[in-house]
Amino acid sequence: MPTIRVVAFARLREVLGASRQIALADDATVRDLWAALVETEPRLQGLESGLRFACNERLCGAEQRLREGDEVALLPPYGGG
Amino acid sequence: MNFAGTHALRRYSRHLLIPEIGLAGQERLAAARALVIGAGGLGAPVLAYLAAAGVGRIGIVDDDCVDESNLQRQILFEQRDIGAPKAEVAARRLHALNPQIAIDALQMRFDASNARELVRLYDVVIDCSDRFTTRYCTSDACSLEGKIEIFAAIFRFDGQVTRFDPAGPCYRCLFPHAPEPGSVPTCAEGGVLGVLPGIVGAWQANEALKALLQIGDPLRGRLMLVDALAARTREVRFERDPDCIRCGERPTLFEPVDLINEAAAPLAGVLEIAPEELDAAMREAILLDVREPHEAALGLVPGALHVPASQLEARMHELDSAKRYIVACRVGVRSRWAIGRLRDAGFKRLAHLEGGLLRYAALDAGFEFF
Repeated sequence: MPTIRVVAFARLREVLGASRQIALADDATVRDLWAALVETEPRLQGLESGLRFACNERLCGAEQRLREGDEVALLPPYGGG
Repeated sequence: MNFAGTHALRRYSRHLLIPEIGLAGQERLAAARALVIGAGGLGAPVLAYLAAAGVGRIGIVDDDCVDESNLQRQILFEQRDIGAPKAEVAARRLHALNPQIAIDALQMRFDASNARELVRLYDVVIDCSDRFTTRYCTSDACSLEGKIEIFAAIFRFDGQVTRFDPAGPCYRCLFPHAPEPGSVPTCAEGGVLGVLPGIVGAWQANEALKALLQIGDPLRGRLMLVDALAARTREVRFERDPDCIRCGERPTLFEPVDLINEAAAPLAGVLEIAPEELDAAMREAILLDVREPHEAALGLVPGALHVPASQLEARMHELDSAKRYIVACRVGVRSRWAIGRLRDAGFKRLAHLEGGLLRYAALDAGFEFF
């Protein structure tokens, strides 16, 4: 059961807090991580549009596999200027 | 431009003293052309610093006029500018700041029809816009024309800054899919800390000047994340996406395109209620206000039912699908999202308040809020 650190920004931070730890099944992907987060925080559901992920400060796809100690950043697009 | 003149030497002396800039760098800036897309929160500091630094020609594209609510952060504008075109006011301010440079006030909407043509005339393009369609258009045009783009976007306390250029990824590599219309709030919807565009815009100006001077490490392939609440910046690395439709291995996009503005298109099967008609319509339907609690605290329409959009799904049981609802938010974006959720839940008797409560309040019908 790897433990992953999640770092959130903007509206996602308003829901999740700046960072939190989450334990996932072995071989879990970024997609599984997001599903687990939505399960604990249903308000995340509407915030998926355009969302990208980074693993250990590198942009990654939803299929990226996660390992113990990985840090995943949730990066929503911002529109404002 | 001749920098032997004592006037220029005095004006730029603090640049001339830096070995990385010096006379050669200052001459480079004088010969440079920068296009700033959007003269708003980000545009204000970017324009001011580029003009002060002596960038020889600065284009300002903006089709908007100064609104009182801009003055909390858009520091190029003053009280007396309310109602005046931003591009024009900004050009006047920059000319007063530095009469030695040329300013192109371009009072128009930057879109697919003019993007390439405008971008072609400048060396560096700074995206200070506040719409996703403009952001994609800017990046596509810069990628197609081989220009350097300095990108930034903001939300409340957060900012993103990066540089796109022919040697690295583009905006579509970072965000290949535009968010669903209405799913990401603008500054007008979600609010923004006044100083945030100052901080983030200053980073943009810095990257633009570095690009023109060809000094330092470019912010290429690195997304800088500014968190003003934590007083922290972080960085995420990203590369060109081989599947990018613009700059990937098999590109399919060869002209900038405007995103379809679904947020402005009428919702199929949903009656649009004009603000003038709201009072009469409320005799037969319930006004459902989906703004968040902190916004509702600024003023509620008497008789309205308030269920914040963020709680809508959890509180759906409080609503009755046999009743008529007129769904409203601040400017009419989240209300469209709410109508989608209500329709998914089987609600059929739905209407939408056109332009949101902001336009209703502007009627001066006894309801005021800000």
